[in-house]
Amino acid sequence: MNTISPVLTVHSKPLTIGDADWVRYALVALTLTIIGVFLILPLATVLIEAFAKGWGAYASSLTHPDTLAAIKLTLLTAAITVPLTTVFGVSAAWAIARFEFRGKSLLITLIDLPFSVSPVIAGLIYVLIFGAQGWFGPWFSEHNFKVIFAVPGIVLATLFVTFPFVARELIPLMQEIGHEEEEAALSLGASGWQTFFKITLPNIKWGLLYGVLLCNARAMGEFGAVSVVSGHIRGLTNTLPLHIEVSYNEYDFVGAFASASLLAGLAVVTLVVKTFLEWKQKQDLKASRKAADSH
Amino acid sequence: MSIVLKNISKRFGAFSALNNINLDIPDGDLVALLGPSGCGKTTLLRIIAGLEQADQGDVFLRGDNVTDKSVKNRHIGFVFQHYALFRHMTVFDNIAFGLRVKPHKDRPSEAVIRKLVHDLLNLVQLDWLHDRFPDQLSGGQRQRIALARALAVQPSVLLLDEPFGALDASVRKDLRLWLRHLHHELNVTTIFVTHDQEEAMEVASQIVVLNKGKIEQKGTPSEIYDSPSNDFVSHFIGQTNVFDLQKGDSVWLKSAGIVLDDAEGITAHVRPHHIGVEKLADSSASPIVLKDWQHLGATIRLELINEALNNPTKTIFAEMPSDQFKQLDLNKGDKVSLFIKHAHWFNLAKPEVPEAAADFYI
Repeated sequence: MNTISPVLTVHSKPLTIGDADWVRYALVALTLTIIGVFLILPLATVLIEAFAKGWGAYASSLTHPDTLAAIKLTLLTAAITVPLTTVFGVSAAWAIARFEFRGKSLLITLIDLPFSVSPVIAGLIYVLIFGAQGWFGPWFSEHNFKVIFAVPGIVLATLFVTFPFVARELIPLMQEIGHEEEEAALSLGASGWQTFFKITLPNIKWGLLYGVLLCNARAMGEFGAVSVVSGHIRGLTNTLPLHIEVSYNEYDFVGAFASASLLAGLAVVTLVVKTFLEWKQKQDLKASRKAADSH
Repeated sequence: MSIVLKNISKRFGAFSALNNINLDIPDGDLVALLGPSGCGKTTLLRIIAGLEQADQGDVFLRGDNVTDKSVKNRHIGFVFQHYALFRHMTVFDNIAFGLRVKPHKDRPSEAVIRKLVHDLLNLVQLDWLHDRFPDQLSGGQRQRIALARALAVQPSVLLLDEPFGALDASVRKDLRLWLRHLHHELNVTTIFVTHDQEEAMEVASQIVVLNKGKIEQKGTPSEIYDSPSNDFVSHFIGQTNVFDLQKGDSVWLKSAGIVLDDAEGITAHVRPHHIGVEKLADSSASPIVLKDWQHLGATIRLELINEALNNPTKTIFAEMPSDQFKQLDLNKGDKVSLFIKHAHWFNLAKPEVPEAAADFYI
């Protein structure tokens, strides 16, 4: 039975109104050219340069102790900042989506601050506060604790630039989902933690993962803020992005591009996972909207 | 008394949502909180549940003052207007939730939980849906699952927020009857919120009429309908004709049988079925004209206008059994005389005087 009623013809593409074919093709071509020149070509260059002297040179520059130290430091920074940002993001989103309080819009604006402040300034702030000439610098040096030009400074600077990611992702999501399921769980006798882990978390998990992913990508790729506080000490305070810069400035192109290929790889993986998470989240929201509208 | 509310008040900013509410609800009652939207009925329900905190006043459940207890510790069952089923859990897990989150020492074994959940699913006649997810259910099914979930923890009080509000008219009819029967079976003290007076009359054994944060009247459906305590209740419950005696309605009302010495501020409310209609042989004697009529099944609704008034567009509604209407043999445009069998009148100038509301019988 393959009768298709003529009224139900499905158009594979939406019918455009007014735009001539050549406009469409010109716009598509322009977009593709821009993407090719500014995104694909540089990415290809990274790989070409990284393998310019063969697989051996690529591998040996990645296994160089300084590179390994940079990778380790980058992973460590991410391992500290991402969980902190996640906890902060969930609590901030919870507070903003669930409660009415004075200064709420100010808080939302403040959460966005790191997006609007140049990362270099973010780094500088920490130098001014914790540096040798800064407010707390003398106290820290007295107690033999280094913040600036050491790992704590790098973590602090990274925290500053990454802390909106999870909150920004969760606030609209939690506002959309609403409070009723949590109230239902509480009325059934669940404790606050039970409600959070059994009801809230499953509902926001895709959005949360999405925020964590973006946060992680930024934590590993951050250059400006970290550059100011790191001091560029080889093998000690160089993260991967800083290591790339140092190598490049020393004409170690293979080393620089080999490290860059790692970050580029991270970007591609992030992109793929991000697309998947976005799709998953949309599915979930669709289902929940369907569940909310009874007819 | 199962639920006692004392002097409950609640404000949202400058808006006073509830104003000094006092209410006693005996064990096993099925009570409707009825009122127009924005009257505070849902807020009151949420305060009883502990989902909202009153600014002032006390809530007692089964004799305990639970005012400062959280919703978790009040042992109530709450059914939300949009059901609030856990979207990532199956129907079975939804119903089992309240049992599974109990502290370890009170928690039944998984085998007992399974039996309880299936018993509840059988009670709401939906056992065959146990492995579905909420978004695979119809509105009526979700409502019944939400009810089963609330009943799983054996609440002493069941609270339902607009339980039929989001359902199709036909499903609503079935569920109303079903809820009434279920209440008979379980005998759990139940309060439900509704803005639909018909629903309240059909389901509840007691109705509490709320308006602007105050209780206007409390009573059985027939008390509320037959002796409304003020003009708001009379107007809100059922159909009624409103006659303002000060504004010229008094002359012809007099001819219809109502005589008042002092008509100042008096409004008479007359239900359509309390207006009798008689055909006149002499067509010039009455200013009342039959404009139109509708067949409502067993009854006929007549639209009448009074041509003697300055404003003859105001329609008076009367209702009578259809065979009686047939006997009268009326046509559109016929002059008729009216007689009022029963009226309520209210003195709007002195609404605080209880005697202002009175019955008038012929």
